[in-house]
Amino acid sequence: MKKLLILSGKGGTGKTTFASNFIHISKARVFADCDVEAPNLHLASDVKNIKKRENYYGLDKSIINQDDCIKCGVCKDSCRFNAISYEDGRYEISHHLCEGCGVCNYLCPQGAIHFIKSIDGEIFLYEEDKVFATAELNMGSGNSGLLVTKVKKNIQNYIKEDDLVIIDGPPGIGCPVIASMSGVDLILLVAEPSVSGISDLKRIIKTADSFHLPIAICVNKSDLNSKLTKEIINFTKQNNYNFVGKVGYHKEIIDSINNGQFLDISTKAYHEIEAVYNKTIKILS
Amino acid sequence: MRIAVLSGKGGTGKTFVSTNLAYVINNAAYLDCDVEEPNGDLYFKGEEQIETVEVEVPVINHDVCTLCGKCSDFCKFNALAIIINKVRVFSQLCHSCGGCSMVCPVGAITEKKKPIGVIKQKIFEGHHIISGEMNIKEETGVKIIDEIINLSKDIVEDVVIDCPPGNGCSVMASIKDADYCLLVAEPTIFGLHNLKMVYELTKVFEKKSGILINKANSYKIINDFAEEKNIEVVMEIPFDKEIGLLNSNGKIASKVSKFKLYFEELAKKIMVN
Repeated sequence: MKKLLILSGKGGTGKTTFASNFIHISKARVFADCDVEAPNLHLASDVKNIKKRENYYGLDKSIINQDDCIKCGVCKDSCRFNAISYEDGRYEISHHLCEGCGVCNYLCPQGAIHFIKSIDGEIFLYEEDKVFATAELNMGSGNSGLLVTKVKKNIQNYIKEDDLVIIDGPPGIGCPVIASMSGVDLILLVAEPSVSGISDLKRIIKTADSFHLPIAICVNKSDLNSKLTKEIINFTKQNNYNFVGKVGYHKEIIDSINNGQFLDISTKAYHEIEAVYNKTIKILS
Repeated sequence: MRIAVLSGKGGTGKTFVSTNLAYVINNAAYLDCDVEEPNGDLYFKGEEQIETVEVEVPVINHDVCTLCGKCSDFCKFNALAIIINKVRVFSQLCHSCGGCSMVCPVGAITEKKKPIGVIKQKIFEGHHIISGEMNIKEETGVKIIDEIINLSKDIVEDVVIDCPPGNGCSVMASIKDADYCLLVAEPTIFGLHNLKMVYELTKVFEKKSGILINKANSYKIINDFAEEKNIEVVMEIPFDKEIGLLNSNGKIASKVSKFKLYFEELAKKIMVN
């Protein structure tokens, strides 16, 4: 069994496009979308039957029982997240700002503060002949890393010895990205030829390197700036990273997404993505 | 006016729109709150002042610690654990709530400052530029975003806030004080799905909002959604290889007069709100 994670640092470089086409080409049986703040892989997947959906509970949040509150203000003074306000003679805890640390509960002299469960998102498991896990974080919620871990756990029991598991990752370099990295065999980084794309690529490489994870790099939309595409290729070669090819800007990729179809195998776009796939798989095996 | 530029989906053109919008508004400040992958700096080059952003993390005095375990029991973030007869701190997981030092019965826990990133400030052609950058391996940059927003409170001019992608806590921190949210969407089913998520966020926080369709084409999926929800489409910028090339090379497109017109009109339309 091998797990391939697709990341990019910068958003919108084409992670989901590569993930969905890799799934199609490899006939992967098990896959997941870990971009819980902006999931899209379900829109490009032909597995439509939701077998299980469940609430995602983040950390419990604090709430004040107004009947017991003596308005001493100790809670507000001690909250480091500025989650407690005093208005119209009442102390209130903002559900969005509370991080659930429990300091106010601990310090309240009246025991007027207790925890309530907080639904911070929803987890989906699709199952037909293939298994696909995804999730959606509720707006403004924290703890997206924990939700990513739950998504990955959801597919764990379905994975067989000879499976190639494909995981579509989140943008950035923070907690959801770090959570998505655990236990993978290779990270494919989809880079974009722009000054922003290069800057973000270098930061995600540093992040992956710090966890000693092997990476492969490809360039998407390469013809939109061929000078910077060359710069990326040179950079990967100079630093001895695996370079697995480039894919041009093709309108049929966008059309296929919008039509909810897979790329036609006669298109140039398909062949370019397939070449990247073949080189990536070679590194994995 | 404080204008937040956000999108849910990454790569729709938040930084492209916010750098150009800030550039055409007289003396407007630009805040880069995408602290995990900041890029605004690449467009506004110049000498900068750098300051470190720190958070408080616990330090254990092992001579005093009795290994009672109250600190690790209290910590909801699993940032403390007793491993081989010693309380260990996993500072990356710490949310700096201060709870562990409060519950320690023998006063063995103090706090020290730990750097998690930097804030850079500069003046670029009359525009105050503030950008944050989180250190590699840190889990969250919300504290850096909070400090950027705090620093910008004294700015009397208009402010454009370049937000992170997604719809989580860092986006919420970025739009907290915004008067207006500009939602940048691209006309794909991916773009629409993530636009819906981020639109919900602006509604919960009761923010005025409008949509900018970037890389616009004949596929009207975003326009249909805007009409259904009665949200103004303030601007459509068609896919244009020349804009793409300028932007990918770190150039401000508004320096070219035909592209400047887009952003002047955009600023005018937003400012009437």
